[in-house]
Amino acid sequence: MLTKRIIPCLDIKDGRTVKGINFESIRDAGDPVELAILYSEQGADELVFLDITATVEKRKTLVELVKRIAAHINIPFTVGGGISTVEDVALLLQNGADKIAVNTAAFKNPTLIKELSDAFGSQCVVLAIDTKKEADGEWYVYLNGGRTKTETKTIDWARQAVDLGVGEILLTSMNNDGTKNGFALDITATLSNSLPVPVIASGGAGTLEHFKDVFEIANADAALAASVFHYKEIEIPALKKFLQPFIPIRI
Amino acid sequence: MIAIIKYNAGNVQSVQYALQRIGVESVVTDDAHMIRNASKVIFPGVGHANAAMQYLKEREMDQLILSLTQPVLGICLGMQLLCNFSEEGDTSCLGVFDTDVKQFVSDHLKIPQIGWNNIYGYQSVLFDGLPEEAFVYTVHSYFAALGKDTVAITDYILPYSAALQKNNFYAVQFHPEKSGVVGETILKNFISIL
Repeated sequence: MLTKRIIPCLDIKDGRTVKGINFESIRDAGDPVELAILYSEQGADELVFLDITATVEKRKTLVELVKRIAAHINIPFTVGGGISTVEDVALLLQNGADKIAVNTAAFKNPTLIKELSDAFGSQCVVLAIDTKKEADGEWYVYLNGGRTKTETKTIDWARQAVDLGVGEILLTSMNNDGTKNGFALDITATLSNSLPVPVIASGGAGTLEHFKDVFEIANADAALAASVFHYKEIEIPALKKFLQPFIPIRI
Repeated sequence: MIAIIKYNAGNVQSVQYALQRIGVESVVTDDAHMIRNASKVIFPGVGHANAAMQYLKEREMDQLILSLTQPVLGICLGMQLLCNFSEEGDTSCLGVFDTDVKQFVSDHLKIPQIGWNNIYGYQSVLFDGLPEEAFVYTVHSYFAALGKDTVAITDYILPYSAALQKNNFYAVQFHPEKSGVVGETILKNFISIL
């Protein structure tokens, strides 16, 4: 039986793991490769690395990191953060990444999604969406790491991107991210129930029950979290053992 | 030396990284002489069946693959191309395995299937030493139907061939290079075939 996936996310800045609270106030959380090895040994189903480095040296640093990860990790991993061209993606895949995540660049230039899926296959193109629920009750797309609001509704952008060829959607709720109050069940369910591709829910994990809820109530295909894993508030083996009676899970 | 066939079907590099992790040297190549003289050949691939077959035919790599006598391991699209026919682009394939590749159809399950699923009904040395119903990582929208060459099964929408074997040809639908310790065992088993 196909199982639901647990995905630790490592936010990378200058080659180190960091985690922001509500996209701000960054704290250092360790060496990404060390953490990645630990997580894969503990039973993580995949890993996501999001690079938030903004310097010109970025590309070189990221490629070196991807190479180091590929040399040690035997489960699938996705790399994202500032990817804007077919060449960027080719370089990351050649150096061992299995999938890449695009966000702002794809929104500004949607044909990038088609170019990437034509060149490398839909299975390695993940669309990351940062979304926020506004006072009008609608979920909108935000760009540039959550700093720039758009007038586009999240479901509309997700639908368009699926038509263009994305293979999975990584949905981060800015309202929930860093709060540890649980995932955004409503928008996750909306996307998961209306799109043919898997949806990875992100933002808000604080307890074991939050993971159960996002799978059972919101029908997510995968759940992603960062700080609860980095700071060992939730350990992956205990999480999977907790979930096993309720949902299909790989142990 | 292990040869990994290089062609227009996605990221064949990750198989080389996987072999590196278990201490096995390999070369990614489209050179006919190197492929023919390799001790084992791995035929990986993700992407579109029709585009891939066309590419192989134009370079006469289809005949090369069929003529190989050493152990060959097809992975994902590589496995599908070793079957008779694929519904993906109505493609006539290499015909090593006597089965057809069909598209998943479901009104409630997601397609492609992405993630970890079980394999069972092992009938190949590839699975020596694995626990029953081991988990493997899989990503695909098309599947090889069950047939006489089926040597492992996975259920998604329906039971399909997770692995096929005939003569010196071995093939798996899932990605052993991304399937953790289970995948490493399968790769080691393939490398150990005499």
